[in-house]
Amino acid sequence: MAETRYTKDHEYIRIEGDTGTVGITDYAQGQLGDVVFVELPTVGKALSKGGEAAVVESVKAASEVYAPVSGEVVAVNSELEAAPGTVNEDPAGKGWFVKIKLANTGELDGLLSEAEYQDYVKTL
Amino acid sequence: MAAEAETASTEPLLKTPFHARHVAAGARMVPFAGYDMPVQYPAGIMAEHNWTRENAGLFDVSHMGQAFLVGPDHETTARALEALIPADIVNLPPGKQRYSQLLNEEGGILDDLMVTRSADPDEDGALLLVVNAACKTEDYAHIEARLPANVKLVKAEHRGLIALQGPKAEEALAALNPEAAEMGFMTLRTMKLGGVKANVSRSGYTGEDGYEISASADRIGEIWDALLLDARVKPIGLGARDSLRLEAGLCLYGHDIDTTTSPVEAALNWSIQKRRREEGGFPGAARIQREFAEKPARIRVGLLPEGRAPAREGADIATADGTIVGKVTSGGFGPTLNGPCAMGYVAREHSDPGTKLDLIVRGKPLPATIAAMPFVPNRYKR
Repeated sequence: MAETRYTKDHEYIRIEGDTGTVGITDYAQGQLGDVVFVELPTVGKALSKGGEAAVVESVKAASEVYAPVSGEVVAVNSELEAAPGTVNEDPAGKGWFVKIKLANTGELDGLLSEAEYQDYVKTL
Repeated sequence: MAAEAETASTEPLLKTPFHARHVAAGARMVPFAGYDMPVQYPAGIMAEHNWTRENAGLFDVSHMGQAFLVGPDHETTARALEALIPADIVNLPPGKQRYSQLLNEEGGILDDLMVTRSADPDEDGALLLVVNAACKTEDYAHIEARLPANVKLVKAEHRGLIALQGPKAEEALAALNPEAAEMGFMTLRTMKLGGVKANVSRSGYTGEDGYEISASADRIGEIWDALLLDARVKPIGLGARDSLRLEAGLCLYGHDIDTTTSPVEAALNWSIQKRRREEGGFPGAARIQREFAEKPARIRVGLLPEGRAPAREGADIATADGTIVGKVTSGGFGPTLNGPCAMGYVAREHSDPGTKLDLIVRGKPLPATIAAMPFVPNRYKR
């Protein structure tokens, strides 16, 4: 079964085997407002934990999406280029950004569980 | 994920007369020019922007500075103001409004402002000024220090200001007072709106037809509430105000114009009437007259990036060989345009419409074309 982990910067990573699907949380899309453009990395790019994985632009501002873990980009959601609003409509599903092949599954231990993340959002 | 930081300050934020209404409506409040202001309501910037272009948007702009310049007669007051700005105010008819800029001695822009002459013969010698929130304290000090003894600046801090903008603004305001429909663009009338005396001008900051309504802070909420009872009217936050004015090609002070830019560089030539160009007599006149004669070295232009990626303020503008020839001063995504748009300054030799340039976004060149502004046609009531 897939397990989802979260960062305090509002990215999620849904783990399936040694691959993680990365996106931003519903809270994050609500804060951003209408997403008008998403810049995705190239497949094969090596990401390091906490480094820039993608850029998401709302009407008002550009924001960086950070890699929750280190690893290689194995897929990007190129449908977001034509339909960036999917990030607002379905952030946890069709609005994903990249899939990463994890370099070190141990990095997951430092991320928040679903319950921990929801508790964290309540404090904001 | 990390967004651009909001400007933080330890000063307590000021509140406009509508603050409680914004909070009750579920607005997201942010610090802006020392005030706690609504950046958006629950509908969101895109929906609010589109509502204003199609219906009528209601904006709280009470943070802006309102002041009267009061002298013994129009000519005396107008000449006192003309010593500080390059617009022709002496020949401004009663009840008419003009856009201008407060200039420093180098011809740089200290602020931009609206100047309105009262239509009431009993108020001959009074001019209403509306200045930017972030500049108002400095503006007032600058003006007061330069007035002759018989002209006074009277701050109207007890007044609120709202803007009603969009193609249905006329119908909505005329429902409160039919006189609103008779007004021409850039004119002022004093009228009752639902029992409240208001100064109404037909102007705005969206490129749409519309009005700005000034009334006493303790009564202006009644006008706001009456307008929101109209199904054509919805409240709009500062986020959409910015995207609307960007599409309309209008300058935002502190971004597109500042003390380093002159009105000619900013392509605001239209706001300096012939008599003033010839006679001078305003701060920085030598520079500005020279720029009129010889054209400035750089000029504000519109830019349309290819594709959907916006170029934001601060992005360098480069030629194909990588030479930097300018900088973006405002940029974002235009909801009506359904694409990115920007404005910025470029060296004059690269400023012709149709010129292809690159905007450097996150280190990479984004192809763009210089385009005439406004990006979305103005729909002012002429």
